[in-house]
Amino acid sequence: MNKINKIHSRFVPLQEENVDTDQIIPARFLKATTRDGFGKNLFRDWRYSNDNELEPKQDFILNNASFSGEILVAGKNFGCGSSREHAAWAIKDYGFLVVVSSFFADIFKNNALNNGLLPITVSDSFLVSIFALGKEATLSVCLENQTITMDATGAVETFEINVYKKTCLLNGYDDIDYLLSNKAAIENFEKKQSVSKL
Amino acid sequence: MGKTLFEKIWDTHIVQEVTDGPSVLYIDKHFIHEVTSPQAFKGIEDRGISIFRPAQIVATADHNVPTQNQHLPISDALSRFQVDTLIANCKKHGIELYGLGHEHQGIVHVIGPELGVTQPGMTIVCGDSHTSTHGAFGTIAFGIGTSEVEMVFASQCLLQTKPKQMRINIEGTLGKGVVSKDIILYIIAKISASGATGYFVEYAGLAVRALSMEARMTICNMSIEMGARGGLIAPDQTTFDYLKGRTFAPASAAWDTSLAYWQTLYSDPDAAFDIELTIDAATIEPMITYGTNPGLGIGITKNVPTTAGMQDEGERKNLEKALQYMGLTAGQSLIGMPVQHVFIGSCTNSRIEDLRLVADLVKGKTKNPNVQVMIVPGSQKVAKQVVKEGLDIIFSAAGFEIRQAGCSACLGMNEDKVPAGEYCVSTSNRNFEGRQGAGARTLLASPLTAAASAITGVITDVRTLL
Repeated sequence: MNKINKIHSRFVPLQEENVDTDQIIPARFLKATTRDGFGKNLFRDWRYSNDNELEPKQDFILNNASFSGEILVAGKNFGCGSSREHAAWAIKDYGFLVVVSSFFADIFKNNALNNGLLPITVSDSFLVSIFALGKEATLSVCLENQTITMDATGAVETFEINVYKKTCLLNGYDDIDYLLSNKAAIENFEKKQSVSKL
Repeated sequence: MGKTLFEKIWDTHIVQEVTDGPSVLYIDKHFIHEVTSPQAFKGIEDRGISIFRPAQIVATADHNVPTQNQHLPISDALSRFQVDTLIANCKKHGIELYGLGHEHQGIVHVIGPELGVTQPGMTIVCGDSHTSTHGAFGTIAFGIGTSEVEMVFASQCLLQTKPKQMRINIEGTLGKGVVSKDIILYIIAKISASGATGYFVEYAGLAVRALSMEARMTICNMSIEMGARGGLIAPDQTTFDYLKGRTFAPASAAWDTSLAYWQTLYSDPDAAFDIELTIDAATIEPMITYGTNPGLGIGITKNVPTTAGMQDEGERKNLEKALQYMGLTAGQSLIGMPVQHVFIGSCTNSRIEDLRLVADLVKGKTKNPNVQVMIVPGSQKVAKQVVKEGLDIIFSAAGFEIRQAGCSACLGMNEDKVPAGEYCVSTSNRNFEGRQGAGARTLLASPLTAAASAITGVITDVRTLL
């Protein structure tokens, strides 16, 4: 997994709440057997009319050339619905490294963390302030200090992240490395369980 | 202090606590399907490791399979490749697969319980958010992403942070024409599509005790639609009677041992919950959704809400956007509105009891000519039972089309889709934009409400037909 720590970038403001994973990547694009290439179908039905790449919907934020960057900022309850990890893959594959919202759905958050995509939960008021920033504005994220800063105003907020997950992201470790290092404990547990069931 | 049902199961499955981090949670059963597993198999192979406990995995093909002509090769090349990849992976790694053509094939959350694989006290995961269904048996069951599928392949464990706990008591008696789907749609409408995020929910109370296992599964199934990781119900005599004699349920002496354990699985009287709610079942009407998340639902005799008096700007915008997508007007009634499709199926409502409810209502009646009605049984076993009970004759006479088992029009992954702009009363679990096909307009409801609307051709309060 990629390491992640400091990101300084412009951002794409997606001012929608309850963005579900069916919008992030519709089911008809889940037929792949690899993790690659989902970015081109990110927000497919919000992005294009008639499922046609030649007909971009001008009012959708990803089609607005004034906005770009490695940070996606969205309304509350981002990533609700289906557990499809393809949603995290699509966001990452499109080029985002961070998603900011005031509230994340559980499974999406785990999927993001497992893919080196940093979900940052900010307060409602901080989110409103980010949305109020201009097109050229930038955000600075420091995972090590757990801070997100609006560079224009210097306003900074600290965010929560599990210490273990933070270590994983900073070092590019994944859970499987950890679990595999605990095989003996798992096997012991299984032995005890089978005895207790006799 | 006593323990909750959730804590009793959780505590006996903790292999290890991680300092300042999540716990290593042991997983008893792992269900997999064709859509969220291929990348996990590849991950294991790329690491050069084998699957740790293949005997604890059960596979089926459900999300991306056709519901017609399942004996023929799948015509969509990508779908065929995905299903073939599952077959190859299961063979290579020694995993039991109930694929197309197998008598046990069906929607993963229908077959687990009906085969007796799902048993009280277990931890169960699957790369599908509706894994919460299995909680109806008193299990910790939840949906996971593909990276987590890979973790369970590698170690039969997951790193998990203990969730908070909520109990929802549903007391009293349900009214005529009101079923378990209405209970869960009512709860989600009450606490919103994100109201239980971070929680595991226990459903309790006399109205829950009175429900069959299949009705309980419908409730637990939709726990995720209010953001909960999972939902569960303490096992009781109804649970034990359902399980006895099932293909993979314990038998003879093993049954007695298991039963003794299962009978300890309930929340102690002094157990503490972070939140507790109580609902009177008698106040619940048949429910229907009008918006684009499962929390936007109303009692069928109520009007679509208006933005008048809404303080929250986001909430107002959401409602306006949802109504625009749905082609509805704030303040309108839904009763009497024409619909073009009715879908009866999905892991929420495709079990034999659901289909019996529908058959009882439509017996001797025919569908409205302007409505297309599709019934998709949850499994091969359910499909067989439909024929055994002669329900297929009732459905055919009514003009309802019966398909073969699969997830079908619930998620619009195969060819079973609702055309753009058209309305579908659906017994499934999600009414998101485009869920049943790009531009499709989904109204979630119970099998009874769906069947009633199929007969009249308009959204109907089923109580007027009883």
